[in-house]
Amino acid sequence: MFGFGLLSWLTFLPLVGAALILAVPGDSKAGKNNIRWIALWTTLVVFALSLYAWSQFVPGVADFQFVEQKSWFGSGLAYKMGVDGVSFPFVVLTAFLMPLCIAASWAPIQNRVKEYMIAFLVLETLMIGVFTALDLVLFYLFFEGGLIPMFLIIGVWGGKRRIYASFKFFLYTLAGSLLMLIAILAMYAQTHTTDITALLHARFDPGLQKYLWLAFFASFAVKMPMWPVHTWLPDAHVEAPTAGSVILAGILLKMGGYGFIRFSLPMFPDASHYFAPLVFALSIIAIVYTSLVALVQEDMKKLIAYSSVAHMGFVTMGLFAMNQQAVQGAVFQMVSHGLVSGALFLCVGVVYDRLHTREIAAYGGIVARMPVYATVFMIFTMANVGLPGTSGFIGEFLSLIGTFRANSWVAFFATTGVILSAAYALYLYWRVVFGKLEKPSLSSLQDLNPREWAVLVPLVLLTIYYGVHPGPILDACSGSVAALIGDYNSALALTKTAALTLP
Amino acid sequence: MYSAIVFLPLLGFLIAGLLGRKIGDRASEIVTTTFLFISCALSWITFIRVGLNGGSFSAPVLANWMTSGALQVDWALRVDTLTAVMLVVVTTVSALVHLYSVGYMHEDPSRSRFFAFLSLFTFAMLMLVTADNLAQMFFGWEGVGLASYLLIGFWYEKPSANAAAIKAFVVNRIGDFGFALGIFLVFMLTKSISFDTIFAAAPGLANKTVHVFGGDWDAMTLACLLLFMGAMGKSAQFLLHTWLPDAMEGPTPVSALIHAATMVTAGVFMVARLSPLFEQSETALAVVTVVGATTAFFAATVGLVQNDIKRVIAYSTCSQLGYMFVGLGVGGYSLGIFHLFTHAFFKALLFLGAGSVIHAMHHEQDMRHMGGLWKKIPLTFATMTVGTLALTGFPLTAGYFSKDAIIEAAYAAGLHSQAGFYGYVLTVVAAGLTSFYSWRLVFMTFFGKARWEEVDHSSAAAMAAVHAHDHESPAEEVAADEAHGDGHGHHALDPHESPNTMMIPLYVLSLGALFAGLIFKGAFIGEGLTEFWRGSLYFGADNHIMHEMEEIPRLAGLLPTLMMVFGFVVSFWFYIVSPRTPVRLAERFPGLYQFLLNKWYFDELYDAMFVQPAFKLGRLFWKGGDGAIIDRLGPDGIAARVQDGAGWMARLQTGYIYNYAFAMLIGLAAIITYFLVPWVR
Repeated sequence: MFGFGLLSWLTFLPLVGAALILAVPGDSKAGKNNIRWIALWTTLVVFALSLYAWSQFVPGVADFQFVEQKSWFGSGLAYKMGVDGVSFPFVVLTAFLMPLCIAASWAPIQNRVKEYMIAFLVLETLMIGVFTALDLVLFYLFFEGGLIPMFLIIGVWGGKRRIYASFKFFLYTLAGSLLMLIAILAMYAQTHTTDITALLHARFDPGLQKYLWLAFFASFAVKMPMWPVHTWLPDAHVEAPTAGSVILAGILLKMGGYGFIRFSLPMFPDASHYFAPLVFALSIIAIVYTSLVALVQEDMKKLIAYSSVAHMGFVTMGLFAMNQQAVQGAVFQMVSHGLVSGALFLCVGVVYDRLHTREIAAYGGIVARMPVYATVFMIFTMANVGLPGTSGFIGEFLSLIGTFRANSWVAFFATTGVILSAAYALYLYWRVVFGKLEKPSLSSLQDLNPREWAVLVPLVLLTIYYGVHPGPILDACSGSVAALIGDYNSALALTKTAALTLP
Repeated sequence: MYSAIVFLPLLGFLIAGLLGRKIGDRASEIVTTTFLFISCALSWITFIRVGLNGGSFSAPVLANWMTSGALQVDWALRVDTLTAVMLVVVTTVSALVHLYSVGYMHEDPSRSRFFAFLSLFTFAMLMLVTADNLAQMFFGWEGVGLASYLLIGFWYEKPSANAAAIKAFVVNRIGDFGFALGIFLVFMLTKSISFDTIFAAAPGLANKTVHVFGGDWDAMTLACLLLFMGAMGKSAQFLLHTWLPDAMEGPTPVSALIHAATMVTAGVFMVARLSPLFEQSETALAVVTVVGATTAFFAATVGLVQNDIKRVIAYSTCSQLGYMFVGLGVGGYSLGIFHLFTHAFFKALLFLGAGSVIHAMHHEQDMRHMGGLWKKIPLTFATMTVGTLALTGFPLTAGYFSKDAIIEAAYAAGLHSQAGFYGYVLTVVAAGLTSFYSWRLVFMTFFGKARWEEVDHSSAAAMAAVHAHDHESPAEEVAADEAHGDGHGHHALDPHESPNTMMIPLYVLSLGALFAGLIFKGAFIGEGLTEFWRGSLYFGADNHIMHEMEEIPRLAGLLPTLMMVFGFVVSFWFYIVSPRTPVRLAERFPGLYQFLLNKWYFDELYDAMFVQPAFKLGRLFWKGGDGAIIDRLGPDGIAARVQDGAGWMARLQTGYIYNYAFAMLIGLAAIITYFLVPWVR
């Protein structure tokens, strides 16, 4: 349509919405409402479009689909888009979470509504772009560009220490992204192309691979975030508005994992193999260490943020175990975590909107006033601890069962996370929801309103649906993952024979 | 039909859970209870058809759960004799408990929630027993854990109930940690987690080694031990038992259903189901025997001195589960399952009977405040006595057949294995202890002086304070009293017999406790054994335990009965003839008494070893690791250096967004320069 492919529409449609909002006066009450409705409709249309794309998507195939290509400036640089089974679930996930975020910001955000909605729509474009870009420079633009609206969201609509939080965020990501940029330049210098599909088959010298791998790792590890570069996340989450946390946990954290699958593992197989023990070690530390830290948190959002770090540990562990179950499990874990942690932050947002505090100690016994909320929160708590029947289980189970084949000690330590997650999640639930309702501030709490229902119920349904029937996501990525592992192993074998034939 | 058995409780849960507040408590009760009775009737039909009449086994696949490479997991309903037995146990007890709860929970304001949870539990348990692969078993396994958590914490205003609920879930997860690793190892060994495939592969893996955890292990031994760790958690075996007594914080029907008859026996079921694997490893079976025997003995000793009526029965459950594992461990899988079957009847009976007592006493659970109740509640007394007879193994009652058979088998096994001998000695001793504490319970509750008359119930706090020297936490007792007290008021206590909805289940279970052993002995462990189980339990070629146990000396077989009589006599002496004796004994040996009363100090030990260190480490990592090291050396440190040092960076920091955009611009400029200016390349 109009010379654009499906993916371009998906990516840039939110910008159209943003442009519309720009044209609407947003000072009056009615104007604010108009802006909200435009934002909601834009994201809904994008979501519908993503569903249409899903219906056209052929699952289980390794090739890129919906590919479109236009020459851009200079030689080698191109505007190229396409998705495969690994990236497409994230496109749909992004499109799915956005309307929920807009709806969740409906009442809580009252000042600068116009700018807020524009920031979110621009962010959506950039996030979808990350997952659809098939050109390295294009990817870099989306990848780094996404931080600007996120910055604004934390820095303008955030909590008390928002400046500190965004500053921390900045320092971490800047270091990573500059290194990645240098690596991109080096890769171009070697291959004279930035086309990802071509780079997937470029064989870099094993020595160079290590440097490139480390440079990419610096960026992706911060994004994941992996221990020890995770400390920006709790602060960012705590200060971000609810919808910002949802996007941060749901989508932005997935970019690191996606980066590993798209770049580090296929393009630098020798280096990935070489550094796998390092990744395993960091993953285990992340799981055990941050789970213990989560246990002693006094702030609800911080607790969930630390639990996110632990859950991302399963992802990195599964990815570098490099077998079918582990990698598929990692991909599934990312999607599932996007739903579950997003939902948990929404749950925190529900009570935060009522009491304006995230202190766990300020709550207790709210089940008496909010039984429906308690139920929903329980479901997501259980999904967070990986109870079978929820989506959280599938990801953990598959990544662990695969990792066990690769390295039993890693799986052993990672499985202790199963115990610890139960401890901190249920302990949180007890302190917030159960107990006697004694605090006067809680005595007039209202249960979920229709808007909150509309936001949380789809997440509940999906969490359980994917828990008993994870097929749609697993099937979508099975082909791409199998190809990834096949190429990886043959690349390793090639290096080995090359090393043997040397005099 | 199988689908109906399993999914009717789920439907009941959804109706009561989602619509409970719309349709009301009464409707929720009726819906869930009716569904359970239908499910129960269908289960008995299945049992007769598949178990007794030799109908064919089947495992219809309902849907695919997950597929990833070689790993394929289906939702399926496997029905063979072993499952059929479990179906009967689960649905019968569950249906009766549903009915009982209609009376017992009559005054509770959130009954629809209670019945929803009960049905949810039943569904999960049924998924567990009909599993056709390890993953579905794990689904049911954790599902019952969730239901147990929700029901233990049902009175969520009580801190003790919440603590107990979390403890139950987390301790179970420690077991599940082993279970999960066991599943991973089985998958690594056989490339599958479907029962048929792994059972077929198991004989080929006997005595093979596998290289995991940095060493070479006997493959089947390691797999079985890891899986058994899960069983230990779920079945509250020694070292992982601490959650079960605390679980008594839940309403009594819950204790009867989950913490006596069904869920805690899941571990026994699991070992029996995986008998093709365990049969390949002598070591693993020996461990099962030793753990079971130790638990049987340990829990019985603790049960001797407890004063809370439910806790006595809880320790008794723990102990009886130990017996079941001894039965399994010596290779007599059908013995373990048979004891599971009979135990479900008499233990559910004892718990529900205790519930009836508690109901009569207006939620008083301390046996020291009971006494002389047999005149007031004769029917409850009669049924409790039946349960006690069955539990202690009075001739021709259910326990007589199943428990004594296990002891006999242990003797037979003890002739050629140390583990078997250990099992025999401890189970015989435990049989005496069982008889003592069971009769102690009956005597303290139903005979002697009516101690509830002298204590004014309204002064609960004062009473608790008086008994504080007995190491009962006063706060706990007060909280318990308050939470239970809803709607009762504190009127004068006049124990009364419970309504029919509560009594009918007691009668039915009494029949089971009296006759289940006699009727089913032949099929389960007697001459009909092979035709009955038909391969759903696996006996290796060298496993002759079921014959050997027939040939043991007469005295060895009689010994448990003698112990039972001995225990009764001592108990009779202590609590009827000479009530001062136990008090004097306790004063004579204060150390031993405290040791037993405090449950061998396991809770204190675990708290010091695991709980406190976990919180300390968490705080250390948070403040020390994240705060003092990572942040100080990382972002905060860099910021500080930059601010101390050059002013130029500080100027850039006026706007962080601008900064970032600037960095990006530089990056972009670099790229563009790179492409546009040829000489740079």
